[in-house]
Amino acid sequence: MIVRALFLMLMCLAPAWAAAQSGPLRIEITEGVIEPLPVAIPDLVPEGGATGDWGQRIARVVAEDLTGTGLFREIPSSAFISQVSSFAAPVQYADWKAINAQALVAGAVSVNGDQISVKFRLYDVFSGAELGEGLQLAGTTDAWRRIAHKMADVVYSRITGETGYFDSRVVFVSETGPKDSRRKRLAVMDYDGANIQYLTGSEDIVLAPRFSGTGDRVLYTSYETGFPRIYVLDVGSVQRRVLESQPGTMSFAPRFAPNGQTVVYSLTQGANTDIWAMNVGSGQSQRLTSTPAIETAPSFSPDGSQIVFESDRSGTQQLYVMPAGGGEARRISFGEGRYGTPVWSPRGDLIAFTKQSKGRFHIGVMRTDGSEERLLTASFLDEGPTWAPNGRVIMFARETQGAAGRSTLYSVDITGRNLRPVRTPEGGSDPSWGPLQR
Amino acid sequence: MKLKSSILMICAAVSLAACTDPARFGGGADGTDPLANSGGVVPGSASDPASPAYFQQAVGDRVLFAVDQSTLTPEGRATLDGQAVWLLQNADFTAVIEGHADEQGTREYNLALGARRADAARAYLVSQGVQPGRLQVVSFGKERPIEVCSEEACYAKNRRAVTVLAGGLTS
Repeated sequence: MIVRALFLMLMCLAPAWAAAQSGPLRIEITEGVIEPLPVAIPDLVPEGGATGDWGQRIARVVAEDLTGTGLFREIPSSAFISQVSSFAAPVQYADWKAINAQALVAGAVSVNGDQISVKFRLYDVFSGAELGEGLQLAGTTDAWRRIAHKMADVVYSRITGETGYFDSRVVFVSETGPKDSRRKRLAVMDYDGANIQYLTGSEDIVLAPRFSGTGDRVLYTSYETGFPRIYVLDVGSVQRRVLESQPGTMSFAPRFAPNGQTVVYSLTQGANTDIWAMNVGSGQSQRLTSTPAIETAPSFSPDGSQIVFESDRSGTQQLYVMPAGGGEARRISFGEGRYGTPVWSPRGDLIAFTKQSKGRFHIGVMRTDGSEERLLTASFLDEGPTWAPNGRVIMFARETQGAAGRSTLYSVDITGRNLRPVRTPEGGSDPSWGPLQR
Repeated sequence: MKLKSSILMICAAVSLAACTDPARFGGGADGTDPLANSGGVVPGSASDPASPAYFQQAVGDRVLFAVDQSTLTPEGRATLDGQAVWLLQNADFTAVIEGHADEQGTREYNLALGARRADAARAYLVSQGVQPGRLQVVSFGKERPIEVCSEEACYAKNRRAVTVLAGGLTS
C-alpha cells in the first residue's frame, strides 16, 4: 500500500565531546565547487537484535545519498585503519586523518521485532570534534530507507548549511513502448528511485502529475473520457476525482497553490487556451488570463502571491509573471529562443524553465525578474524541470532522438554540475518532486 | 521502405483509433481491407462512397500544418472542402477532430497548439455548412505521433488535424 507504517522519532544524544567546537568542515554549494569532500561511512555497529546486514544496508544508502550529490567522495572501507566496533568508544581521529577522511559518520543500529532504531554521530576529523549533536532515529523496519535518508539529510545539512532533500518522494509518468504507442501510468517513488508504486493503470494517457505542498495529493491530466481532464488523487487511498469537466473544453497543466486549496491550470475553449484558478473544495473557478494567445504551465511563487506562466502573446513562447488573482502580466524572458514550463523554486529565488534554441532543448534557471539566466543542460529534448525541496537540485526528463527514442529522468545541480540519470524501472517523464517528509 | 512506412502509418492510425473509441470509425470500417474490394461496391469498404473508409482514404481525413502554425494551407482547405461535402451528404455522422503536434515543443504548449489546429479545421468545416453540433475537437499534443523518426519528414506528418468519424449507419 501507499502508506507505509512509520513512526519516526528524532532525538538528540548527549555530545560525545564536552565542548563541540564548530570546525572548518563546510561546503558552500553555490561556489561552483569543487573537490568532493572525503567522508568515511563505516557500517553501523549492530546492537540489540540487529542481526544480518542492517548496519551495512543503512550505511550504503547514506553513502549513495551523499556521493550522489557530487559534493562528497566516499573513502572505501578497505582503506580504513581503525574500525568502529562500538558506538560508545572514543574515535581514533589519527587513524581517520591518516586516510584523509575529513568527515566520519559513525552509528549503531538495533532491531526489536518490526521496530528499528539508529543512532549516529558526525565527526569533523581534522578538528577532532563532533559536528553537531548525536541523533537517534526510530521507526518501523519497512521504513529503514527513510531512516537512512534522514541520517544523510542531517549530514548534508550540517556540512553544507542547506536543508537536505533525501527523505523525499517524486511522482512522475512511468513510460513504456515506442513513441507512436507509448503507454503511460502515474508512479511515485523515493527521490532515488526506490520503493516505486504505481498510482494508475496505463489504459489512458496520463500527463504531468503535480504534488501538493504537503505531498498528500497529486493533480494530473488523464484522457480517461477521450478528452484531457484534470483529476486530483489522494496518495494515501489512491482515490481520485475529476476536478474540471466543463463540456466542450480541455483542461491540463494543473498545479497547486501553496495553500493546497487553489489549483491553477489551463482551460482550452475552441482554439484558445487560458489560465484559470479553481477552489478545490467549492469547485468555483475563475479566469486569470484572457488573451487569444496560448497561456499555460502556471506555477505559484512559494508565498502564493504571484504566478509564473508561459504565453505566446508576443509571437513566441515566453515567460510572464502576474499577480495570483490575475491582472497585468510582466514578461521576464528576453533571450534568444522559446521559453516554457516555468517552475518557481521553493526558496523563491529562481525560476527553472525549458528553453528551445537553435534546435536544442535546455533546462535553465533565471532570477524571478528574468535576470542572470543560466542554462544547465543541453540535449535533443530536455523538458519539465521540478525542484528538490531545498531548491538546490532540479529533476527533469530527457527524451532521446529517433524511432528508438526513450524518455529518462535526470537530475542536475543548479550550478549545472552533477548531471545524472535517476534509476527507474521503466522510462520516465514529467517528474514532480514532493516535500521533505516529516 | 516506402511501403513499409505507409503500412506502419495505417496500423498506427487504426490502433490509435481503437484505443480511444473503437466505435468512432462508424459501421464497417473495421476489419475490411479496402484494397481487396476494388471489384464492386462493397458496403462499408473504401469503394462505398458513404463509408468511413472512403472518407478516410478517398476524401482524405487529415490536414497538415507548418512548424508551430495552425493556419490552414491551400491543400488543407481543399481536403476540408471535400470533408464538408461528404459530411453534408452523410448527415448521420458526427466527428471528433484530433489536433496533433510534432515532438519539437514542450508538452503543455503542444497540447494547446494541437487544439488550435483542430479548431482551425473545425471552424473551416463549419464555414462550409457543417453543423457545429456535429463536430468536437480534442488535442493530443505530441502524445500520439504516427511517424517516429526525429526528422522533418516525420514531423511534417505528425503536425496534423485528423477528422475521425463517429456514428453512421450502425450507430
